[in-house]
Amino acid sequence: MREIDSKMVTETISTLLQDGCYHLSDDVIAALRQAYEREESPAARNVLAKLLENAEAATRDEIPLCQDTGMAVVFLELGQDVHMIGGDLYEAVHEGTRRAYARGYLRKSVVDKPFSARTNTRDNTPAVIHTTIVPGEKLKITALSKGFGSENMSRLAMLTPAGGRQGVIDFVVKCVDEAGANPCPPIIVGVGIGGTAEKCMLLAKQSLLRQVGEPHADSEVAELESEILKRVNDLGIGAMGYGGRITALAVHVEVFPTHIAALPVAVNLQCHSVRHREATL
Amino acid sequence: MKTVSMIPRSVKLPLSDDVVETLHAGDELLLTGVMYVGRDAAHKRMIETLEAGEMLPVDLKGQTIYFMGPTPARPGKIIGSAGPTSSYRMDFYSPRLMAEGLKGMIGKGMRSREVKEAMNRYKAVYLGAIGGAGALISRCIQKVEVVAYDDLGAEALRRIVVQDFPVTVVNDIYGGDIYEQGRAQFRIAAPHPAAVQ
Repeated sequence: MREIDSKMVTETISTLLQDGCYHLSDDVIAALRQAYEREESPAARNVLAKLLENAEAATRDEIPLCQDTGMAVVFLELGQDVHMIGGDLYEAVHEGTRRAYARGYLRKSVVDKPFSARTNTRDNTPAVIHTTIVPGEKLKITALSKGFGSENMSRLAMLTPAGGRQGVIDFVVKCVDEAGANPCPPIIVGVGIGGTAEKCMLLAKQSLLRQVGEPHADSEVAELESEILKRVNDLGIGAMGYGGRITALAVHVEVFPTHIAALPVAVNLQCHSVRHREATL
Repeated sequence: MKTVSMIPRSVKLPLSDDVVETLHAGDELLLTGVMYVGRDAAHKRMIETLEAGEMLPVDLKGQTIYFMGPTPARPGKIIGSAGPTSSYRMDFYSPRLMAEGLKGMIGKGMRSREVKEAMNRYKAVYLGAIGGAGALISRCIQKVEVVAYDDLGAEALRRIVVQDFPVTVVNDIYGGDIYEQGRAQFRIAAPHPAAVQ
């Protein structure tokens, strides 16, 4: 058994969230550069060039990449042989979020009483926390600042099994088509297939945590990803929706067994401002 | 279709009808001058004010509103990250503000049919800024002051002065729409018609 102080969790989350909001990661920069090379539309190329310039400006001027610094989503993979000391683990996560948004001059965008008063919590808490218990004595933390221009374009469909592979492709493509310019393309399309309704959406979100464009380990899933990517890019939406060849930088699919009666498909979109970081304690 | 100019044209704010008439979907502009900044909560308050028969805190005649809620300014800076937010959430409010004389809206993403019709009726344009380019756009902002609704924090109504703020005309007064035109130009038909669920 190993002891981990929850104060370390707080500091780690504060660092991860701030880092993500100010520095575009190398995989995303590489994907944007590649998109710029391949794009034929002058208007879309102009957007892609400005996004690369924006990443430099954010680092140099110490200004967040995007003013929507998101809602914090934190994934904890807690080793079953870890003993947390120094206080409530989840409170440590919220405190890390609070610190990141205060110290990092990030926008506090979280409101309480969502269907009525919509009162700003003023510190961007609570974070959304997903915990899994895994073997071992480590704690892996993944922190994501999720912007809502793209989050608002999420969709879930409980398809019938008869819909099959083609039904999945058509639904995902339709979601991206309808979202159009809204989710700030070029996007990463996160797709969950299987499980229950809530599990399916979680799969879609988790797929966004992969390195951009890293194919799924299972070749059948990887093939589905590349087929959806081609269909999505054939939509012609392009960067910022001004028309172009590159609407998505990647499509990531995660799968899970499901019920004999169901074929759940969830779509969770990620704008080009991809902001997730991980650390292991 | 009109040939789209790819060399950005400098445009001074506030906008006049004469200038608005020369703008076409797809045109790239560099805006210089004064504009207002407001998003969901500020719009809601402005509409409530008008419905109560009261005066708006600012005169919107000829003015432009930028749909944006910045990150806090670091010490020594006037503003933080300052990119556009999704405009469709302002669709419900925009026609009423155009009736008050609003000439320009800056945001990102698609507008409703009602908003486009109102733009045609009131001679107003919708301009797209680059979503997620908040650090870069921040460099164009030279002056910031809160003019109303200070209690709304990031959502307060602000007046800003910009220089060479890059935008693209998304919707013009003639029904032009760069999202539709761009997509039509680059769309490759699907091998099978997409099944509608």
